[in-house]
Amino acid sequence: MSGLELRGVVKRFGDVVVVKQLNLKVAEGEFLVLLGESGCGKSTTLRMIAGLEEVTEGRVFIGGRDVTDTHPMDRDIAMVFQNYALYPHMDVAKNMSFSLRISGVAPAVVAERVAAAAKILNIEHILARKPKDLSGGQRQRVAIGRAIVREPKVFLFDEPLSNLDAKLRSHMRAELAVLHQRLGKTTIYVTHDQVEAMTLATRIVVFDKGQIQQVGTPAEVFNNPANTFVAGFIGTPSMNMFEVVAQVRNGELRLVGDGIDWAAPQWLGAVGVKDAQPLTLGLRPQSLSAGEALVNRFTLRADVVEYLGTESQVVGVTQTKDERRISVIVPGDARAMHRQHVSFCFDPSALHVFDKGSGASLRPTINDTLTYTNKEMTP
Amino acid sequence: MRTSRFTIAVYLAPAILVMAAACLYPVLKAFELSGYKWDMGTAASSAKCVGFDNFIAAFSNPQVWSSLSTTLLFAAVCVSAEMVLGIALALALERQVRGMAVFRTIFILPMMIAPIAVGLAWRYMFDAQFGLINALLGVVGIAPKTWLADPTLAFVAIVIADIWQWTPFVFIMMLAALAGVDRSVLEASRIDGARMWHEIFLVKLPMVMHVIAITLVMRLIDAFRVLEVVYVLTFGGPGNSTEILALHVYKTAFIGQQIGVAAAVSILLLVVVAVLSWAALRLSNPMKDSA
Repeated sequence: MSGLELRGVVKRFGDVVVVKQLNLKVAEGEFLVLLGESGCGKSTTLRMIAGLEEVTEGRVFIGGRDVTDTHPMDRDIAMVFQNYALYPHMDVAKNMSFSLRISGVAPAVVAERVAAAAKILNIEHILARKPKDLSGGQRQRVAIGRAIVREPKVFLFDEPLSNLDAKLRSHMRAELAVLHQRLGKTTIYVTHDQVEAMTLATRIVVFDKGQIQQVGTPAEVFNNPANTFVAGFIGTPSMNMFEVVAQVRNGELRLVGDGIDWAAPQWLGAVGVKDAQPLTLGLRPQSLSAGEALVNRFTLRADVVEYLGTESQVVGVTQTKDERRISVIVPGDARAMHRQHVSFCFDPSALHVFDKGSGASLRPTINDTLTYTNKEMTP
Repeated sequence: MRTSRFTIAVYLAPAILVMAAACLYPVLKAFELSGYKWDMGTAASSAKCVGFDNFIAAFSNPQVWSSLSTTLLFAAVCVSAEMVLGIALALALERQVRGMAVFRTIFILPMMIAPIAVGLAWRYMFDAQFGLINALLGVVGIAPKTWLADPTLAFVAIVIADIWQWTPFVFIMMLAALAGVDRSVLEASRIDGARMWHEIFLVKLPMVMHVIAITLVMRLIDAFRVLEVVYVLTFGGPGNSTEILALHVYKTAFIGQQIGVAAAVSILLLVVVAVLSWAALRLSNPMKDSA
């Protein structure tokens, strides 16, 4: 068993609470991504798992063993750092074999494990080089190699791709995915990049202000965000938000706001929304279509049209008093829309509805997930 | 864009000129003086060229070789002790603990005191009758020693004074170097299983080896040039037991009035320091990892 569990973990720096009451279970072999903005507590959480940061309250379990007060080396983990953290005075082979050599592993075994890891990562030809003679991608591979040779129960990655250029990042992302499939080890991966999270994770933990906002598969967090933070954070471009009030008219539930009078999604009536209840609506830029074929509509003055090849991003303002800025993704070349007033429409089922006060999603399944999240996470 | 040779020369010229004026001129002047017999107080034009006579006179004087061996021993003992102590203290005091900044400041105070004052202070402390050292030895039941009258103890005394004054230099150099060590590399080593000794000897010290090499060379050069403390503390005595080469040069020039011979011995000192510095830098090239 090589899963991981955090029970009521809290981290305080003086009076500042950086991580609040964290409960999380990670299954054996899972690729869990901790996702959030800078300063949200995700890296601190990873460092607590690694043993590099003391846990103020709560317990950390790795493979069912309480490791809260255990030295990092005795936790059976390996970590890949953002800046690679290679030993600058050692060559690649020595960097990779450092942990084995100081723990007294037989030289023949060390050489065998280094060779095996180097083969997996395709770095056999650079084993004699020093880190200063390597490219960013090669350094990253060496850092991963150093983790692999230890054959740990859990791999920890702290924003490992953020120092690489876009092309290399994409390439290394794919390599990491393949590596995880090949090794099948439990992996905790910290990033602020949602593309990395969406492409690599079996589950994503969305962090904000030291708290878990949602735990779910990439599809769950994208399609059913638990609250307005997750809704705004996941997805590119960000979800469009509208402030409305619920209004029951002729027995039908309508969503009414500045220049808005839209039909509500069918499920909304079943969750006890009251007349005049303030709500926040979310609408993905990808859920909108040009034209008036669908029941909910609005008009946009297209200020910017960014042609992206297979699709275009239209950014404009609504023809309402508050001139709300909206992003829409439309297929193909939409440059003809530039500076035009364009009608867009969408199906009511595309709407995400949140309580205006708490920001929590009102969709019943999400509510269940969120409650579950704050109590205890299981895969 | 490739920078032209002319531009490089223009930018380097001021530094080269200052270096030449400040460093090279005295050296060349010493070379010139070593070729002349010049009586102090007479006109420089009255000096007679004597070829290599001054070098022959210097190198055939057993006192020069005795002073050189005293200097080598003094430098070896002092610099070794200062490096070990300075590095050990820097490793012990590098942590950011409350009050540590005050402690560090107190610790580097000896370095800020003028060497003449250091010599005087230690002379009083080593005084056989009234000195603090003998008083402290008396507390633990050890008979008083004639520190500055015994050849071995006098040598120990100048070594102690030098270590006391210059260990702080190694300490602050190492403290600065250790502060520059990437924390994540140390964290990586901890995850890799490094215990304290592994971390110090396999990670931290190799990572600051370039600073260790530079510090070693600087201390080595200074140890060979030391004069004031020995001048005040023992004046090379008793006998010639603590006569280091710089003091021998001083005595030859200003007591023996043999400027040319003193210049020849100075050149010997320069060669010894240059060779040792080159060897120290060669062994741990501080520039090799900066490419």
